Amino acid sequence: MKIKDIASVSKQLGVSRREFLKYCSIVAAGMGLPLGAGEQIAEAVTSAARRPPVIWLSAQECTGCSESLLRATHPTFEHLILDLISLDYHETLSTPSGHQAEAARAASIKANKGEFILVVDGAIPVKDNGIYCMIAGKTALDILKETAKECKAIIAMGSCSSWGGVPSADPNPTGATGVQKILTDAGIKTPVVTIPGCPPNPYNFLSTVLYFVTFKKLPELDDLARPKFAYGRLIHENCERRPHFDAGRFATEFGDENHRKGYCLYKLGCKGPETHANCPSILFGDTGAGTWPVGTGHPCFGCTEKGIGFHKPLFSRASLHMVTPPDTYPHVVEHQGKSALAGIAVAAAAAGAAYVAVDKVAKKLGDDDGKGKK
Amino acid sequence: MEIKRRDFLKVATAGGLMLAANAHPSLAREPKARIKDAVGMLYDSTVCVGCKACVSACKQYNETPSSFSSTDEIWDNPLDNDAKTYNIIKLYKSGTGAAKDREQDGHAYVKRQCMHCVDPACVSACPVSALKKGPKDGIVSYDKDACIGCRYCQVACPYNVPKFEFEKAFPMIRKCQLCSHRLEKGDIPACCQFCPTGACIFGKVEDLLAEAKKRLAYKPGELRKYPVERVSGGPVAERIVTPYVQNVYGEKEGGGTQVLYLAGVPFEKLGLPALEETSDAQRSETIQHTLYKGMIAPIVMLGGLIYIVHKNTKDHK
Repeated sequence: MKIKDIASVSKQLGVSRREFLKYCSIVAAGMGLPLGAGEQIAEAVTSAARRPPVIWLSAQECTGCSESLLRATHPTFEHLILDLISLDYHETLSTPSGHQAEAARAASIKANKGEFILVVDGAIPVKDNGIYCMIAGKTALDILKETAKECKAIIAMGSCSSWGGVPSADPNPTGATGVQKILTDAGIKTPVVTIPGCPPNPYNFLSTVLYFVTFKKLPELDDLARPKFAYGRLIHENCERRPHFDAGRFATEFGDENHRKGYCLYKLGCKGPETHANCPSILFGDTGAGTWPVGTGHPCFGCTEKGIGFHKPLFSRASLHMVTPPDTYPHVVEHQGKSALAGIAVAAAAAGAAYVAVDKVAKKLGDDDGKGKK
Repeated sequence: MEIKRRDFLKVATAGGLMLAANAHPSLAREPKARIKDAVGMLYDSTVCVGCKACVSACKQYNETPSSFSSTDEIWDNPLDNDAKTYNIIKLYKSGTGAAKDREQDGHAYVKRQCMHCVDPACVSACPVSALKKGPKDGIVSYDKDACIGCRYCQVACPYNVPKFEFEKAFPMIRKCQLCSHRLEKGDIPACCQFCPTGACIFGKVEDLLAEAKKRLAYKPGELRKYPVERVSGGPVAERIVTPYVQNVYGEKEGGGTQVLYLAGVPFEKLGLPALEETSDAQRSETIQHTLYKGMIAPIVMLGGLIYIVHKNTKDHK
């Protein structure tokens, strides 16, 4: 471990060495990495010859994902983009604009071919050849396709770029589609990580980036290309209101007694049972103090889950995802045989026993009488 | 008293003929019909997620204490219906248990409580009418003041439902009474009220049967509306239909029950016995009423016993 490097980076970041290592360790813990991974991350960040170049493309989006990232406090966004990564193109944050910005993008792609990370936020409209989102005279669809071929990996930031998000809500007039589907359909094999959420927690993004910088590979992904460290579990599994669900205590109306008592929001349409995200653990955004939708008394609306957020009605009940039940449940036991035949057999046996018993008693009585006479 | 062998055989033959005549089906007890406005429950195993909200709600609203199956006695974990547990969720699991409602390498839940039979064996077996079937709602209820504690009901029940308080000095029979104390106030049974998914719904049996048959006609994969809490007038949840076993358990089994079941795995796997359409009560009452008809058979039996005694004691006189 190069202590000097860390010291210099700490100075550069404007945080103490301690704070810097703490941040790296928190990120490592968030990803479920073993002890010491935090140091590895710190080392990777400090020893990199060059900050990893990042190009951030935006399509049909509300800039909420960038806003979410802007509000991250550890590290703050300026440290991220100025010191940890080299953000070469971002439509909202770039200093230049117009042709200058486009030129910077082209230059970065050329210089870092096959090395840069591409971040996409916003859905890509595909209907009518993608004419519903044009940047610098090109469709977002074309820009994505040509950039995706050149980059090392793609991070689809937010629900829109992950699977379509809000622009893809029915009737989806622009044919808004997620990045992964477009690339799969176009036969482009660049690896894609999706960080769904509306907006996603900035730390899910930061952790993925730092994992990539440190280990030079993508974190373990699920079948929807979401990093498992963040999206491996259902919200329902870690929800602070879960004990109320298990005990059958539900809020049935907003503001009713049970709602004020903090009971489970399932009956109000909480989508926690069918939504994979780490919101109960790291809360929503970086606002802290128990502020995530369920924490504030509103049901989860399933923004990270394809087909749930923006697709299922907000207050309709979620279907519960099934997990293999633990063996703590009482098992169905075999019931005693009660067939008619068995009943008849028992009755016959009883009748036979009665006959034998009476016969014996009578005989015994007889014997006793006999003995008495002798 | 002298009984000639000849006289005995005469009486025995006559008695036998009477018995044979009485065995004619037209003299058997008629099966009981469903009460028109009877109430009950429909439990759909494919909708159940095994959250046990019904179990805890049942305990809360029936004020029954926890029941422990482990020595540490930390939490309520009964293994079966017992005197403290009127309602229980049990698990069927085979192999890996991975898929829900699959017989092989799958799992399924089943809710067990009193079935509120159309022709209850417990009511038939009870010698003092401590168990009665409500004439209007068909709920099988228990009268602790009449009960003599013989536990015939416990033995008679084909579903193993009535439970005796063995540990108490003044024991009672305990079982689900369909939350009749809640129904009086216009509420529905606690298990139905608190089931979050609508796996267990309350209503008139005829409506529940219609709902069950409607569900059997659904095609797997369709998005359908499922009533929650009560069969009509309650909330509705949308659900993607999963395959059903094409039978409504309780429609005919054991003479019919007011608690109906739907499931994705065979009912026997869920511990629901494969019963004939004839109820146990009907069968046993037919036999009993036949045996005691006109007291002829018992008199013949008594005659026979007297004859045996006489034969064996003759030499000692």
